[in-house]
Amino acid sequence: MSFYEVRKEYAGFDFKGFFAGVTVDRVKRALSKSRLTEWDYLALLSPAAEECLEEMARKAHRLTVQHFGRVILLYTPLYLANYCVNRCVYCGFKANNRLERKKLTPAEVEREAGIIAATGLKHILILTGESRRHSPVSYIRECVKILKKYFTSISIEIYPLEESEYAELIAAGVDGLTIYQEVYDEEVYAELHPAGPKRNYRYRLEAPERACRAGMRTVNVGALLGLHDWRTEAFFTGLHASYLQDTFPDVEVSISPPRMRPQLGGFQPRVKVNDKDLVQYMLAFRLYMPRGGITISTRERAELRDHLVRLGATKMSAGSCTAVGGRSGHESTGQFEISDGRSVAEMARMLYDQGYQPVYKDWQMI
Amino acid sequence: MEDTFKIGGRELTSRLFLGTGKFSSNRLIPEAVRASGAQVVTVALRRIDLEYEEENIAAYVPKDCILMPNTSGARNAQEAVRIARLARAAGCGNWVKIEVITDNRYLLPDNYETIKATEILAAEGFVVLPYMSPDLMVAKKLAEAGAAAVMPLGAPIGSNRGLRTKELVRILIDEIPLPIIVDAGLGRPSEAAEAMEMGAAAVLVNTAIATAGDPVAMARAFGLAVKAGRLAYLAGPGETQEYARASSPLTGFLRD
Ligand code: SF4
Repeated sequence: MSFYEVRKEYAGFDFKGFFAGVTVDRVKRALSKSRLTEWDYLALLSPAAEECLEEMARKAHRLTVQHFGRVILLYTPLYLANYCVNRCVYCGFKANNRLERKKLTPAEVEREAGIIAATGLKHILILTGESRRHSPVSYIRECVKILKKYFTSISIEIYPLEESEYAELIAAGVDGLTIYQEVYDEEVYAELHPAGPKRNYRYRLEAPERACRAGMRTVNVGALLGLHDWRTEAFFTGLHASYLQDTFPDVEVSISPPRMRPQLGGFQPRVKVNDKDLVQYMLAFRLYMPRGGITISTRERAELRDHLVRLGATKMSAGSCTAVGGRSGHESTGQFEISDGRSVAEMARMLYDQGYQPVYKDWQMI
Repeated sequence: MEDTFKIGGRELTSRLFLGTGKFSSNRLIPEAVRASGAQVVTVALRRIDLEYEEENIAAYVPKDCILMPNTSGARNAQEAVRIARLARAAGCGNWVKIEVITDNRYLLPDNYETIKATEILAAEGFVVLPYMSPDLMVAKKLAEAGAAAVMPLGAPIGSNRGLRTKELVRILIDEIPLPIIVDAGLGRPSEAAEAMEMGAAAVLVNTAIATAGDPVAMARAFGLAVKAGRLAYLAGPGETQEYARASSPLTGFLRD
């Protein structure tokens, strides 16, 4: 059964009614278990659980240290191209936004790679918009070939591919996939993706499964927070991660809880997700999947990220730039504004100050 | 005479092996090694970064220790073999701890793939120490395949739950002629001592030391506990009485 079908089984479920019925006692029962069901997870995402946040935080911290140690993996995103045929209403790169479109030439990829590698990072995440004409799989493969010389782990955050295409990129040296469903609610998804191939909800939702079948080592899923009720979106993200872990036990599964950031086009978040909500989500997920990764990007501001180190985070981006060619001095618009502009060295110092080891390398091509 | 044991032709005096994965700073590693007295230190090849000396975890392992790369991240025998070869090519010596894990929820080893990897690597001259779920038949096959020691888990990695597999490990100690090294799950020095009292050749500890409030002090505590447990084993603990000695023995009337 694919996750699309799993997701369907919850159609019409009365989340409001469930949340209304959750008592602090119910939350505490979930908190005391070592293997939580999805209903325990949902209870931890409920408004009632807000009262138990500190208890959740203590357990989440303990579990994270136990399973991951006091270490945070650092990585950075590299935008290869911003051509896009989609019109996701919340994105600065959408097709109907007027901005300079660009894709890196091999020489530019080389230059950006050199700049990033000089910071010591060994894990890189490459991104493109969706344009099979401007940034086809063959182009991505060529970029991977160059990046392999500089990095020991390459992840992709690009448009969803066929299983055979994932296999092709894995053979070229890709080991990780990040793909956000953006919004798990199918109706809201349709509203926010008015045009382009991304309208196909199911094809996107099943992309991680195709990647896992093709042999991907790590997958990272997520919902973009701010588009729809965060509690249910967090629930489905966790469910998705858990499904992937059960179906592909040898894959390292992680989630991101990205919150919307200002972007060209000025779309405003539909719902507010405050810091407390974000923290509750992270803690609930940690208790639900003690060994699941949690990735925190530079969408979050420095001060908050410093706190999240001890609240379950396992991977953090550093020295980020969301513009194509932005590091080697090309002036262009980013996909969104970042909030934490610290360099890799500054992030490392912050981690050491907190008693954490920054990890630059946690995989190498074999 | 000093109490030593041999693995891969090397004579070892310390029976505590140290893992390095979870320290809050690589700089703690040499201190923990010294405090624990460990002579064998394991490092995941995936973490070894030869290009970045300052952050290279392997560079923090004291030079007089045996560096034992492990194959963390391997999903099958083939990947474990590739990782081991890469480690040797990178100058990490020829010891290897095989870790093949196909289950990321519990991180339990895949015994079947582990046997396959052991066979290939032992034939290539590696000193192979396979991490495994304690099972007598599997341990026998590992011995046949050329393993230098067998490393059964005490409890799942990082669980700090202690020697939960005690009865199964005891059978391996009794039946397998190779050193049995209890790996994973030991959360307290007393549990390490327990494994040693039972006759384990050594124990490997990572999480319990690396994530302790004071990792260096905990490393020392484990070092002492392992020594105490070993001494107790050599001293031959008095048999535990299963029944209280009857005050008037049932066979007391038998006189010759
Ligand atoms: S989110 Fe991705 S697919 Fe959508 S408009 Fe932006 S770049 Fe294109």
